[in-house]
Amino acid sequence: MEKHVVVIGAGPAGLETSASLSKLGFRVTLVEKEEATGGHLKKWHALFPTLLSGKDALESITKELNSTIKIQTATKITGLEAVNDYFTISGHNGWQEKADAVVLTTGFQLFDSHRKEEYGYGIYENVITSADLEELFASGKEFVNRHGNKPERVGFVHCVGSRDEKVNNLHCSKVCCITAVKQAIEVKQLLPDAEIFCFYMDLRMFGRHYEELYKEAQEKYNIQFIRGRLSESTEDHEGNIVVKVEDTLLGKPLRIKVGLLVLMAGMEPRAGTKSLTTMLGLKNVPDGFIQPVDEVLRSNFTEIPGVFVAGTCSGPKSVSDTLADARSAALAVADYLKS
Amino acid sequence: MKLEGKRLIWQDYQKEIADDHYFYARSCIRQTFFPGAEAIFIKIVKDELGKDIHDNQHHTSCTGIGYHSDVVPFDTTMTVIARQFALMTEAGYENYAASCITSFGLYTEVLETWHHFPEKEAQIREYLFKATGREFNKPKNLAHASDIVYKFRHQIAAKAKYKLVDKNTGEPLKVVEHIGCHYSKMFPHKGIGGAEYPYVLSGMIEAWGGEVIDYPERRHCCGFGFRQYVVQANRGFSLSCSKKKFDSMEPYEPDMIITNCPGCPMFLDRWQYALSEMEGKTYGKNNQGIPVFTYEEVAGMIMGYDPWEIGLQVHQVPAEPLLDKIGIPYDASRKFKGKNGEDLGMPESPSYLKFYAE
Repeated sequence: MEKHVVVIGAGPAGLETSASLSKLGFRVTLVEKEEATGGHLKKWHALFPTLLSGKDALESITKELNSTIKIQTATKITGLEAVNDYFTISGHNGWQEKADAVVLTTGFQLFDSHRKEEYGYGIYENVITSADLEELFASGKEFVNRHGNKPERVGFVHCVGSRDEKVNNLHCSKVCCITAVKQAIEVKQLLPDAEIFCFYMDLRMFGRHYEELYKEAQEKYNIQFIRGRLSESTEDHEGNIVVKVEDTLLGKPLRIKVGLLVLMAGMEPRAGTKSLTTMLGLKNVPDGFIQPVDEVLRSNFTEIPGVFVAGTCSGPKSVSDTLADARSAALAVADYLKS
Repeated sequence: MKLEGKRLIWQDYQKEIADDHYFYARSCIRQTFFPGAEAIFIKIVKDELGKDIHDNQHHTSCTGIGYHSDVVPFDTTMTVIARQFALMTEAGYENYAASCITSFGLYTEVLETWHHFPEKEAQIREYLFKATGREFNKPKNLAHASDIVYKFRHQIAAKAKYKLVDKNTGEPLKVVEHIGCHYSKMFPHKGIGGAEYPYVLSGMIEAWGGEVIDYPERRHCCGFGFRQYVVQANRGFSLSCSKKKFDSMEPYEPDMIITNCPGCPMFLDRWQYALSEMEGKTYGKNNQGIPVFTYEEVAGMIMGYDPWEIGLQVHQVPAEPLLDKIGIPYDASRKFKGKNGEDLGMPESPSYLKFYAE
């Protein structure tokens, strides 16, 4: 009999896992709590390091889905239980399924930048997040700040909600450094006369061509990288954002006015992941991200046979790493179901 | 600026403030700097709000200035504070109300230390008993006096004769609120509104008809900062801090500054004189300066208390233009008269800052 796999979460990881499982000959149901599939990628304008458009990337991933995959959107999982050698899954709207295996692809949630109170997100109009900036890029509208002015200076704050004990997030969100470099270049292309500053504590350019892009940002686009964390931002009487930061290489405090301040909001474990792992009885969820049985050798396996993970629900990843992880998860499921 | 963003944060930083029966601990320096402030607080709490407040003559300094200047060890500080708590216990009170921001911060720090290190509390109890034979209960509620005025700000507004409004235009006065650093910067959850956007004074200003100014150097220290001032060689830094704040608030044309710390009104008031003498620069319109008040003085002003009874004549930056703007009457001829009408003598007029006398 054809084995059935339920994939929970229809972002890039869920879409890619479903397509791969279908190609491997399994019956797949992809469940999504929102009305539409695509996750965060729906709102993302362009991906580093090649500036591939988010829309094109999503279309390309979605194109691989075939008609045999059942997509169940607008369904919030309310029941998930292992029964003998299968799983029962139910949704808030009465939807129910049985599955031979389950793949958790619930993704991440963006760090709520309001929690870094000292940066003034939600209080000062010209403090926005990296996600807000992608929406601004995607809108195709004229690049102006929230007061309708072309900013003469733009600042990017790295590590907002990442590597920060004050907000109880010790992890690095991995993608924000290179995203800031990418976004800084995009802003400079739109506003060639603007001065662009990136305030960072480390630059983690781990991926192929990331370092080159960082170098290009400095040499070709004259983007200023200042090593230091912001202590605060405030608003002046003209609506500019006044940031206070220490340049730790010069050993001097700085006060800089910018017309737009972009907070590089990090990845956090999704609250919904926690409720699913609780339903399943998964214990190894140390900080809200699901811990695989072995991070090196068995990164898609959980401690419950038949329950697999893919994508950012097990930790921050780039889109390319997420897609590779999703394909890897599909093979792990296939191995499990055929054994 | 989106006020709703601040309101969301304020919701997260509310605290319990006792409703009645306060043991009041005065500040070491306020009665010299702004002699009316504490008396107004006691009068408002007792006579206007009908609450019970105990003003104890035996308490001492909390050692805060010495502690933060690194000349008093923490064990000594904790033992002195334990004695204050013993006085409260002996007087039959459970709600401690500190007049001073640094004391409030230090009491909070001591209680937090004892919470996390109970063995330290036991040791301090032993020290106190050996030294004085006293024992104590910890306060059930610890508040800064400004928390109490904040709690009853609407009742005060209901009894007030005046509002923080320009009597000629009907427009709200533009008010700078300055919070003492030790109020909530160390323990954000112990202050109304938290550390980044404290609401304790903003709440009073809103309730009393004024409009709060949010300016870039709002969070910056007033310039007291203990070592900036206590160490004489650092006083240039103290002045620089104050100047930075004045320069930053100047474009907003504030009508007044309200503070809740002993040192802040002193430095924001007196340094306006020092800066004017050094640089010929005055802030505010017509060389009048920007008047600086304690929140108790402002409460007293809107209640219609005689400005000279609440000590406004000892301010360096004159209060008269603001009193005129609100419409609060005063007898200019009594400004430098003592309690019994004797002439106290007139201070020398500054070179630049406008001086008001009969």
